[in-house]
Amino acid sequence: MTTSRSRFNFTALVYILPLTLALLLLVVLPLLYVGAMSFMGRGAYGGTIRRFTVDAYESLADFTYLKAVGRSICMALKSSVLCILLGYPFTFIVARKWKKSGKLLMFLLMIPVYTSSLARLYSLVIMFNSSGLINTALMKLHIISSPLQMLYTNGSITIGLVQYLLPFAVMPLYSSIEKLDEATIEASYDLGAGKIKTFIKVILPMTFPGIIAAFIILFVPAIGTYFITDVIGGGTVYMIGNIICNQFLSARNWPLGAALSVCVVIFILLMLYLYSRIGNLDDLGAM
Amino acid sequence: MKEKKVIVSLKGISKTYDNDVKVVKNIDLDIYEGEFLTILGASGCGKTTTLRMIAGFEDVSSGDICIDGSSVIGVPPYKRQVNTAFQSYALFPHLSVYDNIAYGLKVKKVSKAEIHERVSHMLSLIRLDGYEKRKPAQLSGGQKQRVSIARALINNPKVLLLDEPLGALDLNLRKQMQLELKTMQKKLGITFIYITHDQEEALTMSDRIAVMHKGILEQVCSPKELYMKPKTKYVAEFIGESNIFEGVVKDRNSDNCTVAIESGNILCSGDGYVAGQMVYVCIRPEKVRITRKAGSGNSLPAEIKEQIFTGNMMKHIAVLSNGHEIKIADIASYNDINIGDKVYLEWDAKDAVMIKNPTSPMAENFDTLRGVQ
Repeated sequence: MTTSRSRFNFTALVYILPLTLALLLLVVLPLLYVGAMSFMGRGAYGGTIRRFTVDAYESLADFTYLKAVGRSICMALKSSVLCILLGYPFTFIVARKWKKSGKLLMFLLMIPVYTSSLARLYSLVIMFNSSGLINTALMKLHIISSPLQMLYTNGSITIGLVQYLLPFAVMPLYSSIEKLDEATIEASYDLGAGKIKTFIKVILPMTFPGIIAAFIILFVPAIGTYFITDVIGGGTVYMIGNIICNQFLSARNWPLGAALSVCVVIFILLMLYLYSRIGNLDDLGAM
Repeated sequence: MKEKKVIVSLKGISKTYDNDVKVVKNIDLDIYEGEFLTILGASGCGKTTTLRMIAGFEDVSSGDICIDGSSVIGVPPYKRQVNTAFQSYALFPHLSVYDNIAYGLKVKKVSKAEIHERVSHMLSLIRLDGYEKRKPAQLSGGQKQRVSIARALINNPKVLLLDEPLGALDLNLRKQMQLELKTMQKKLGITFIYITHDQEEALTMSDRIAVMHKGILEQVCSPKELYMKPKTKYVAEFIGESNIFEGVVKDRNSDNCTVAIESGNILCSGDGYVAGQMVYVCIRPEKVRITRKAGSGNSLPAEIKEQIFTGNMMKHIAVLSNGHEIKIADIASYNDINIGDKVYLEWDAKDAVMIKNPTSPMAENFDTLRGVQ
């Protein structure tokens, strides 16, 4: 063991090096650059001036940005929770009850993942438009007299996020629900707990790591998303992603965009750290 | 003996799965209060399915199950007065030993003080005091099984169902746990329905054994009777070692039957047989004696083919004139018999147990068999 570990393993290095280099060059280095940029001065036409300043972080305290951060967290939270609420019962049935037909359902669920997200988003726009499918149908049925404003609202953004994220919720849920031992559920019934009590006291705690994993997997992209809010929100509802995008592309305040990005990255790392702590606890409790 | 009360009654229960496979076929069985009943059978014989039907995890396809006098058909497992100890233990991995054992009481909203008292009592019964804070992952296999039994027993069930609870343990631990379980059962006076494929385990622990084979109950009786008086060929072969002959009843008097087997006529014990009936005869290896001279009773010439020394006894394999091999377990005279010796095999008529041959109740080839002698 010790000898093989201390011996220089050239083959392993060859296998590992390309991806490691790519990650360093394409992820770590740009992120470090963004980090450095956030401490630089603002160039008049975009770009940065090489001098150390914390101006960008000072302007973060602006109420507009705080509001956007708050709104982003709320929206990400709402859509993540909604995805889990929708995904959990679906996954439970697919993983435990309909094992054969469930495979087809899982496949159907995964199709959108392989479809252009832009096409999916614009199809939602067509649904929610004032002359779209839903409004036309409601008016034809004389339920409403004038079209409802559905596009460019928080509601439609949430729906957009949910339809985009739902498949990603099902994957971690599936793995934790599927490995749930049927005997432990039977043991709970056997000891006098009905279906609801068994769910609360056994099934839910045992699949909790999967729920947390799903939450992280949903929450991280949800908080940084900007194209869903851009297309469905029509640029009227500002999330943190949209602000970052704007700082770089139109407001030409690169340091501020960079500082906002750093905040998002730190927040995400914090969440991942918390998850790893819970994940460890789970390992302790696992059989 | 006082009148025994039936606590679980299986009335003609059958189980057919969707693919038309009948795993349990029309079983009738009464289980008495306070007894240790073992359902013994090879894997796939339907014993676990039977247990799961009593627990309520499987529906019966036909028939009725009564627990304490009332039918439980359609009653969900959480409303049945039975509890189960699972082969895989099925402990709740997220709960401590204490909370695992307390689960049934917490569900029933028993007061905290009473839960504490009863869990402590259970912990001392299974000798795991001081382990209450541990998680199942921190326990050994034997400890996990004890927790799973305590978790089931704390509800004071009318019947405890045990589904091969010792199957995953190593041999020494299994033997120790067998004794522990038996002691526990006697002390608590709770009815145990125990599932196993291990005949030695069944013989050691049970008051009665129900042998199951291909979904049918072959025989239900005490361990001693099961070994001494097997009722079917399957039971004779499954329980312990045995020498089985096929033969035809030739003659019967008040005590014994004479059965013609290929190697000669032998005297056997058995009631209710008629001349001409085809039967099996089962003789246990330890009931066979080896002699040098032909005797007056059951005495067949044979040659010693193989000897296996197992410490407490010598196992011989002897070959009859027709090539039929006979197993003999000898604890007395293994010094003076050697491979190749021409000997006679003897046994008492009472040790040659007759078993019905269901494939052909009456002999058609009786005359041809008689012609052989």
